[in-house]
Amino acid sequence: MDDLVNEFLIESHENLDQLDRNLVQLEEDPENRELLASIFRTIHTIKGTCGFLGFNRLESVTHVGENLLSKLRDGEVRLNPEVTSGLLHMVDAVREMLSVIENEQNDGAEEYADLKVELTRLLEAEAAGAAAAASGAAEEPQKESTPTQAEPEKEAAPCGQQATASEPVQEPAAEQTEAEVPAAAAPRGETGSANTPRPQNASIADTSIRVDVHLLDRLMNLVGELVLSRNQILQHLSGVELPALHATSQRLNHITSELQEGVMKTRMQPVGNIWNKFPRVVRDLARGCGKQVRIEMEGKNTELDKTLIEAIKDPLTHLVRNSVDHGIESPEIRKAAGKHPEGVLSLVAYHEGGMVIIEVGDDGGGLDGERIRDKAIERGLITEESAERMSGKELQNLIFRPGFSTAKQVTNVSGRGVGMDVVKTNIERIGGSVDLDSTMGQGTTVRVKIPLTLAIIPALIVSCAGERFAVPQVSLLELVRLQGEDARKGIERISDAPVFRLRGKLLPIVYLDEELGLRKAGEPREDEKINIVVLQADSQHFGLVVDQINDSEEIVVKPLSRQLKAIAQYAGATIMGDGRVALILDVMGMAQKANVISKLRDQALIDMARAAAEEDLDLESVLVFRLGSGRMSMKLSQVKRLEEIELASVEKVGGVEVVQYRGDIMTLVRPDEILSERRREPREVEGAGSAREGLLHVVVYTTSCGHDVGLVVDEIVDIVETNLEETRQATREGVGGVIVIKERVTEMLDVDHLLEMGQVRFVETTMA
Amino acid sequence: MAERRQFCTFMLGEHFFGVEVTRVQEVLRYQEMTRIPLAAETLPGLINLRGQIVTAVDLRSRMDMEPFAPDATPMNVVIKTGDGMISLLVDEIRDVHEMDEERFERVPETVSGVARELLEGAYKLDGSLLLILDVDRTLQFEAQDA
Repeated sequence: MDDLVNEFLIESHENLDQLDRNLVQLEEDPENRELLASIFRTIHTIKGTCGFLGFNRLESVTHVGENLLSKLRDGEVRLNPEVTSGLLHMVDAVREMLSVIENEQNDGAEEYADLKVELTRLLEAEAAGAAAAASGAAEEPQKESTPTQAEPEKEAAPCGQQATASEPVQEPAAEQTEAEVPAAAAPRGETGSANTPRPQNASIADTSIRVDVHLLDRLMNLVGELVLSRNQILQHLSGVELPALHATSQRLNHITSELQEGVMKTRMQPVGNIWNKFPRVVRDLARGCGKQVRIEMEGKNTELDKTLIEAIKDPLTHLVRNSVDHGIESPEIRKAAGKHPEGVLSLVAYHEGGMVIIEVGDDGGGLDGERIRDKAIERGLITEESAERMSGKELQNLIFRPGFSTAKQVTNVSGRGVGMDVVKTNIERIGGSVDLDSTMGQGTTVRVKIPLTLAIIPALIVSCAGERFAVPQVSLLELVRLQGEDARKGIERISDAPVFRLRGKLLPIVYLDEELGLRKAGEPREDEKINIVVLQADSQHFGLVVDQINDSEEIVVKPLSRQLKAIAQYAGATIMGDGRVALILDVMGMAQKANVISKLRDQALIDMARAAAEEDLDLESVLVFRLGSGRMSMKLSQVKRLEEIELASVEKVGGVEVVQYRGDIMTLVRPDEILSERRREPREVEGAGSAREGLLHVVVYTTSCGHDVGLVVDEIVDIVETNLEETRQATREGVGGVIVIKERVTEMLDVDHLLEMGQVRFVETTMA
Repeated sequence: MAERRQFCTFMLGEHFFGVEVTRVQEVLRYQEMTRIPLAAETLPGLINLRGQIVTAVDLRSRMDMEPFAPDATPMNVVIKTGDGMISLLVDEIRDVHEMDEERFERVPETVSGVARELLEGAYKLDGSLLLILDVDRTLQFEAQDA
């Protein structure tokens, strides 16, 4: 397409977004001349440019709009909801025409006669009314001469003739006939600011340029490669004694990291770019269903990758529409409930732990658990029996199930069955998650958590049949390893489908080698050990059996070529540290291909099987470990992860042992030193200098206030299932009880109490 | 003067093939590949070309020829396409040849099968034929075995 036209389209789209926002703002603050001037300018620019480019129809529509706007600006017409709607309709029409231009290179055949008539009618009707009102106020109009001010188009110009085509886009201010325009009821106070040019406008234009996204993608690729090369150089250098080379490589290291950061930043965009559309959406919607909604935004400048911005646009819009349509009640109901008739829709965005959190909240009626349950049963999503066992939270989460919609009536906005499940799927597709928090009568908040960027993700590297594969960390729940007897008997079958009892619940099992056709399905296996990667796809858990679990790594995601996109099991490929390519598994695709999802949609059957499994096994998994000479245990559900940490990586901060863990600082606690009776010889401090070899076994525990603590134990002994009802009274502090595990009396650690006893302090980490 | 086109040439079995040089990014010796489970045998693996992931296409399989010997180290003719790069695995790379358009002829009607579908035509050389591959059609196929 013509570059000029292209540029025009990009610019106009941006301007229209701005226009939507300004118009809605203007409705709240009708006297704001600055806003009005900006709106006028935008429409005028579009009109001028399309005249120049020969898009006559588009020009004629904008022309009528511009006439109305100039009357507004001059105070001859007063702004009311009707006028705003008229103008918004015009914006819509312009948008439609722009997309026609984009597709067909001309502005189409549609004349928008109705719209023009409507705008002209508004113009005349309002002008008559306002003129009468204005005659009272003997206020002289201020001569407006903002530098970028456009020509007022007083005379009814013909619709896009040759004459306009040769006109410059913006006429010099001197040509303005502004002063001749009679009587305007514009308040003086506002005009002052309109006359002051805003200097930052110029500076923004001067210091930024447009860059093609593909170029950025290429740069991103190259930087990814540079990072790999650097890693290889650093590896080779480890055995070389050349100080100068080391210094240089260190600089290379720093520069590369900074470059990577910089290039990633260029792709970042503020989330405000999508939010800007919402005031308009909310306004139209609220008017449509007779509600009053105020929109509040916080953290507009929170940035995330451009591709993610695109990807979350639709899900977020859906959430916003949902909040207005279902969440916020009509003014009458709100008044009756003692609330302000105007509902509040809040949008909040912030960074947390390398992720971006976006919350869409309303102060509406909240989710009605009862209604959701009835609906879910009616739709056959759950059985009455399983509904009985569901907690309020679980009931609320049912709205994410496919085929669910709570709207009592189907409106044109929502309630058509395509709903929250699509939102959830779309967010999960980009590695995010959706969480719901709702209180009856007080409102609902949906929290969307998404990664900062898609280009680099943390992944678990696994091997299977001699090949390496990357599993995105976001879908990873836990790792289970079965050995010996457990490996031979641990996996059972329900009519051919392998399952594993994970803490008493049935976990469907998928063998990666069979799934990838590297081994014939159903062939008998005689594994001495089994590695199960427990994954989550679409709220369904399943276990992926792999040969080996290697490591977790940050990987640069690269797309697959066209020929390979059809294979649903792969999400992309990446280049490993050794330069070889590894495929990235698509957990969702894998689950679908392996029928994990559809099979388990047959919830009723699974619920029954699960209930049966739970009944005869009222057991809980308990982690048993060795501390000194004795054994201790804790509930496995309290354990976040089990880690092996290099002794050399333990640091001391103010007498507290800490270790860097997943981008955070984790305090290490030695339970045996706190439990005085087991105090051993004072341990030699693994401080600076004494680089001791070896690994620490660490049980990661998350405290009630959200801190991760590493409990150092001497050895992980086992994970067993046991009936905790047989727990007996504890005999000392820091111990919650005593149970018999495999014929040995074992104490259960009360971790929270233990931490209190040890007066464990945490190193506060602040987000940059 | 007649228009002259340049071709990057290579051997595949006994046949002498050519691809227009403007379509070729580069040629490489044997590269290690990561195999792609589930993909058709025409797609034997992925290659790391300076940080770009290139999909390899087994030209023997694509042309319905005898497969490569298990210990073969095929060479790569890397082709630029609209979405990324594809590498054609061939027996041996030869020179770049400039051809007289007068020597060109379309594939005769009597040729059937894949060859007819994937060949643009042939240049008549002394004692041999240079078969010109239609790159776009060669790269159009299903990724998975049915």
